Amino acid sequence: MEKKNMNLTLKIWRQKDAASKGELREYPVKDVSPDMSFLEMLDVLNEQLVAKGEDAVAFDHDCREGICGMCSLMIDGQAHGPDKAATTCQLHMRRYKDGDTIVVEPFRAMAFPVVRDLCVDRSAFDRIQAAGGFVSVNTGNACDANAILVGHDTAEKAMDAAACIGCGACVAACPNASAMLFVAAKVSQYALLPQGQPERAKRALAMREAMDAEGFGHCTNEYECEAACPKEIKVSNIARFNREFLKAAITAD
Amino acid sequence: MKLDSKVPTGPIEKSWDKHRFEMKLVNPANKRKFKVLVVGTGLAGSSAAATLAELGYQVEAFCVQDSPRRAHSIAAQGGVNAAKNYPNDGDSIWRLFYDTVKGGDFRAREQNVYRLAQVSNNIIDQCVAQGVPFAREYGGTLSNRSFGGAQVSRTFYARGQTGQQLLLGAYSALMRQVGAGAVKMFPRREMLDLVVVDGQARGIVVRNLVTGALETYWGDAVALCTGGYGNVFYLSTNANGCNVTAAWRAHKRGAAFANPCYTQIHPTCIPVSGDYQSKLTLMSESLRNDGRVWAPKKKGDARRPQDIPEDERDYYLERKYPAFGNLVPRDIASRAAKQVYDDGRGVLGGQAVCLDFADAIKRIGEDKVREKYGNLFDMYHHITDENPYKVPMRIYPAVHYTMGGLWVDYNLMTTIPGLFCLGEANFSDHGANRLGASALMQGLADGYFVLPYTIGGYFAGTKLGKVTTGHDAFKEAVAATQARTDKLLKNKTGASPAVLHRRLGRVVWDKVGMARNEKGLKEALTQIPALREEFWKTVSVTGSGEEFNQTLERAGRVADFMEFAELLAKDALTREESCGGHFREEHQTPDGEAKRNDDKFCHVAAWEHKGEGKDPVRHEEPLTFENVHIAQRNYA
Repeated sequence: MEKKNMNLTLKIWRQKDAASKGELREYPVKDVSPDMSFLEMLDVLNEQLVAKGEDAVAFDHDCREGICGMCSLMIDGQAHGPDKAATTCQLHMRRYKDGDTIVVEPFRAMAFPVVRDLCVDRSAFDRIQAAGGFVSVNTGNACDANAILVGHDTAEKAMDAAACIGCGACVAACPNASAMLFVAAKVSQYALLPQGQPERAKRALAMREAMDAEGFGHCTNEYECEAACPKEIKVSNIARFNREFLKAAITAD
Repeated sequence: MKLDSKVPTGPIEKSWDKHRFEMKLVNPANKRKFKVLVVGTGLAGSSAAATLAELGYQVEAFCVQDSPRRAHSIAAQGGVNAAKNYPNDGDSIWRLFYDTVKGGDFRAREQNVYRLAQVSNNIIDQCVAQGVPFAREYGGTLSNRSFGGAQVSRTFYARGQTGQQLLLGAYSALMRQVGAGAVKMFPRREMLDLVVVDGQARGIVVRNLVTGALETYWGDAVALCTGGYGNVFYLSTNANGCNVTAAWRAHKRGAAFANPCYTQIHPTCIPVSGDYQSKLTLMSESLRNDGRVWAPKKKGDARRPQDIPEDERDYYLERKYPAFGNLVPRDIASRAAKQVYDDGRGVLGGQAVCLDFADAIKRIGEDKVREKYGNLFDMYHHITDENPYKVPMRIYPAVHYTMGGLWVDYNLMTTIPGLFCLGEANFSDHGANRLGASALMQGLADGYFVLPYTIGGYFAGTKLGKVTTGHDAFKEAVAATQARTDKLLKNKTGASPAVLHRRLGRVVWDKVGMARNEKGLKEALTQIPALREEFWKTVSVTGSGEEFNQTLERAGRVADFMEFAELLAKDALTREESCGGHFREEHQTPDGEAKRNDDKFCHVAAWEHKGEGKDPVRHEEPLTFENVHIAQRNYA
């Protein structure tokens, strides 16, 4: 079947900086190949804007293969767009048809302030990680790797949680802008592994506290996070995090 | 300029121990008096920043991304090598050392490579202790798989996301130190100049990418961990933001640039599909454990790969290299794919060959294949809209890694005292070709286990005066950076930086790519300066310097690639031999393999910048091979 190029209309959020007011502006894009990625389509638009002397649309991106977690667009109200288990950079234009209008906004959450246009500040995630998302082991302190046995299935489960790319789609998709899935994934990875045991309770408490301090909302079991997650992190991690937190809170000194 | 590699003498097995003992130490209470600036937070940068802070040094770390966790190390897929010999298949430190020297086509320093092999085992231990979820056997021990250029299984992995998991391990160690107040982290900052005071690296100028302000930071040493320059080709497997800027600006301040012509073309990437394409996606080398590479036997075969019968397929790697089969080193596999294409046997007539899993699925089942490579198959499916469980993958070589980089001595110090360079940004360990799963090993070796020792030797043995950012050298560097930014912002109509970058990439790929010759290189050496002139005349950068401006960021990086590309071509023209990833068509064996010239080129070429508009000067560091017998590589 012959693939035909498309003409589209984009409605893109433009905002000069954190302090300015933003608005949706309309841009036509012509001759879009269905094999382009969504970000490549934005590249084409930006080349056209720069050639006309206009400011390019700012959007975060880097690896363009779905692993760095940098890209972060709300496309027609969906974090990372309509495809399941995909980041924005993995979304291809074959998903759209000629004449479509697409609304493109930044991830929206109080804890993710807009930096410019479609870029947001997700440093809240770094601060949560710094509060407890680690195993305290200085370089040089390790024992032989095979002295720590981890069963195959446990390792796989830990890996399922560790696959999080920290993009923030879970927060953007949640009506409460809750960061529970992100935090739960990290807490779960370490709670499942023997290496995480000594700091298990402390970690759950510290990361929970840091999360609340950043202004993320509470979890009300909407499951929107799981639906939006490009790495298919499961909400069962949130259940585990809740257990970890409760156990730690009850047994804390 | 004098290149003193400072490699220890005596038996190679003892050289690192001896060197560590002979270096002076900084006592624990004095470490806090020294400040180190770490630029880049990939595997090398994160591991170095975390480890230096653990030791008690003050550390300030910088990255261009919005978080240190996003550095491009995150995209490494297949694995990390170590000489653990857990599979009991005959591996040893010596064998890893041997394979790496041979894999690099005898163009790396033996002592560096030996140290790398030694600390490889510590890396796995450290990463496991951090909670990196490596693949495991049912009994709980670590799993291994094979990579190119080795006949043992020494590669540790976490599905197809090994780089991600190792980086998140190093990032967690880094964030632990940030939380403890031992590291100050500065994201969305791009280093635009190095500040040298009294011949020592003492600071950096960075652009705050959010506000546009030029900021200055002083330190007692600077560690560049800023990755490779593959994006000089425009299309590569690198992230879009990867660039040569920090290394190039340091080069212009006096750091020699070594072996820029050693670039690695990875054999298994998703082929180019259109002009708008912004990057090429790698399909991990680990896939060659189970996937079989083939091309049609018939020239100009227009059938879809799934319609070509078994007896009309040429499994050319298995045919040409029976001992290593599909797992020959990358440079060899890439050239073989190019030969097939040049022979008119590309799949569907295009620049592509097949990577086929039909046999593996028959042998171990689709579920097992999914467990091993699931995310890679999904990635392929997303991009091509074809299901690789059902039809063969189509692949073609693409630029992936750069072995060249800033010249460093055994201590990882550049030719500027106090300026260290780690990971892909330096030139040190891979010679003319890097073996698969060795980049993660080197990045982490440098950051966790080498720099933390050698930087102490530097501090303990060096007189460092007091410097603050009020020093004239900082003012001069800021003024130079500002002038450059202003110049980039002059034009508001013309071609976007991306358009000019694409044109540069085409010249570099066509003339300085997988196969090079004198005529093409000389053409490139005329075309690149002409394009650079055009760039400065016509590049259009909208917006201002005092705001978040991605067009300006891109323009600055492309401007540096325009200069760097010339050095790359010059180095390729001067090196009149073929070795590893550097293939000169004039120098090949009758079978089309790379033919080295050990009499004339058994050395590192390190280029010294002599000022704007002046020719750079080429220096040589001779290489000697006392432990691995130098020979023509043979994988047949």
